[in-house]
Amino acid sequence: MEGEVRVAINTDADLVTARAEGRAMAERLGFPRPDPTLIATAISEVARNIVVHVGQGEIVLKALDEAHRYGLIVIASDKGPGIRDVDAALRDDYSGRGGLGLGLPGARRLMDDFQVASDADTGTTVTMKKWRFRDELARLREERRNRD
Amino acid sequence: MSVAILRQGDYLIASIQSDLSDSEVVALRHELAELVGRHRSRGIVIDVAALEVIDSFVARALRAIVLTARLRGADTVIVGIQPDVAIAMVQFRLNLEPLRVALDLDAATALLDRLTQGDTKDGG
Repeated sequence: MEGEVRVAINTDADLVTARAEGRAMAERLGFPRPDPTLIATAISEVARNIVVHVGQGEIVLKALDEAHRYGLIVIASDKGPGIRDVDAALRDDYSGRGGLGLGLPGARRLMDDFQVASDADTGTTVTMKKWRFRDELARLREERRNRD
Repeated sequence: MSVAILRQGDYLIASIQSDLSDSEVVALRHELAELVGRHRSRGIVIDVAALEVIDSFVARALRAIVLTARLRGADTVIVGIQPDVAIAMVQFRLNLEPLRVALDLDAATALLDRLTQGDTKDGG
């Protein structure tokens, strides 16, 4: 069973680690090209937001396993001051501190599911998922193998 | 530094050797601006094949490198964008103006030859 991977985000060098881990996990889970690169790019953006706006946080990667689909969830969290206007931050024309306006909406377009929870007390958590439907034939073969 | 910069005639060839951190990308910009002056280079080729991702920061930094080099009198061509990276950039909707790209080093130097044709070679 695929575990979870945690990457502490403190400096810009940690972004390199986070995207490499994201790509590696996507490949292990069987995501076809170009998904591992899309996932790594989205991770890079949310990790950079942590470094630029807060200074420290964490990225957690987990495998998702359902009957007809598999997936990868990325949880990027920090305990910073929060994003004042989340809706605005997700708009393409928004440019927050450091001019990273493109980051969040761009990352959202690379993933299937994208949520931002943010307030001044608890900080910001970006949760994003990528899904792939299982190959039906491969799934049946696997079930049969497990029965045997 | 994870970028090898070679001089080839009037051009500088910057080959990125591994995925780069943001500060390494910024350092590359400073180094290229410096080297263009020192070697009186008229063109730069940046090979980005080793980059795992080109996200908003890297795209912006590449743009800044191109504009900075232009102010120093050199044109820049980007080569080696991986197929998956190209797909991600389009889906992300990154704006790449005014980046010039070529598929490989030969195509890049041919493009630079055309771009720099007719430039005066004697700088002040």
